[in-house]
Amino acid sequence: MSATVPGPGSPADDLLRGLWRENPVFVQVLGMCPTLAVSNSALNALTMGLATAFVLCLSSLLISLLRHVVPREVRIASFILVIATFVTVVDYLIQAISLALHAALGAFISLIVVNCIILGRAEAFAARNGPLRSFLDGLGMGLGFTLALLCLGGVRELLGSGSLFGIGVFGSQFEPWTVMLLPSGGFFTLGAWLLAIAWWRRRREAGARVQEAN
Amino acid sequence: MPEQSLASIFLGACLINNFVLAYFLGICPFLGVSGKIATASRMGAAVTFVMLVSSLCAYAIHAALAAIGALYLQLVSFIVVIAAAVQLVEMVVRKYSPALFRALGIFLPLITTNCAILALALFQTSKGYGLLQCLVYALGAGAGFTLALVLMAGIREKLELAELPDLATGTAISLFIAGILSLAFMGFAGLGA
Repeated sequence: MSATVPGPGSPADDLLRGLWRENPVFVQVLGMCPTLAVSNSALNALTMGLATAFVLCLSSLLISLLRHVVPREVRIASFILVIATFVTVVDYLIQAISLALHAALGAFISLIVVNCIILGRAEAFAARNGPLRSFLDGLGMGLGFTLALLCLGGVRELLGSGSLFGIGVFGSQFEPWTVMLLPSGGFFTLGAWLLAIAWWRRRREAGARVQEAN
Repeated sequence: MPEQSLASIFLGACLINNFVLAYFLGICPFLGVSGKIATASRMGAAVTFVMLVSSLCAYAIHAALAAIGALYLQLVSFIVVIAAAVQLVEMVVRKYSPALFRALGIFLPLITTNCAILALALFQTSKGYGLLQCLVYALGAGAGFTLALVLMAGIREKLELAELPDLATGTAISLFIAGILSLAFMGFAGLGA
């Protein structure tokens, strides 16, 4: 496995790291609020993921460009301002594209401002690295976040309303599992995903040990 | 909506639409600071206080921005005010209660990125509450947040003694408990009419 992983610091690694190895939701357990709140259907999850990815990319880029200009003492406040500006842009953008979608996501678009993934990447990565690497890192983390949201949204929509992206999958005799669409369903689904990933990791580690022993 | 009685606003924000268990707001401190009942209740009190202050400020800002027709600045100005309010609370707590300041530690400045507070400012604006209604709403939301945090901390203190499979320890089991708590809170839905 280690032969295919690009070395740390390369552009490909900046991009790919966020997708799986340091996935913001499944591995770092950041940004829980939007993850749980808008993942009741695959479409909502996808929109939210892409909106967050957009803000993450552009704010990482801008913060990285400004990193020598902003004094250390006021950096967090300035980061938040940059992020809030991009979120306002996204908010109006989604409103212009689809009012129904905007209504479904509600306040959670504005709440991208306080998504800890974005401020976390700004502080941990963009404030210390060049614009290109920061942009790639933002893109990777954003796509990783989208992937995680889709995993949750897909499962919840499939079980909760028997469809995927609004298209029926199981036919009419399927009894929808309504609890999956309710808040508690979000907690259960994420808990189950974390369990599954922990189990998978353990199995792989055990497999690697067996190979070494042979 | 603005004709709602104060009691129903308080109960609605505290129990029926509990910020943590029904709206998924403030999950990070909910999972992070819910290890001990004592810390959880202090954290709840600090958050409630910041909620009251920022609710008051958000009400004033919304009125001012609406007057000059610059509502697109709303989000940016809300977050700046919340950051300032948290800073203020930090200074006051450090001056008057150094013990509490040490107990809260890093979680005090992190209240800035607690989405429950920004959400409160946004919700009260979109619902068009008056000044008194805003304050009661903030108080209810803060009480609901504290309640959820303390309940979770109580369960987790007991959980320390339980035997769990290795895989399930940590975040996964906390999420399942939160799910069950959230199911229980759905029982309050009948209160609202």
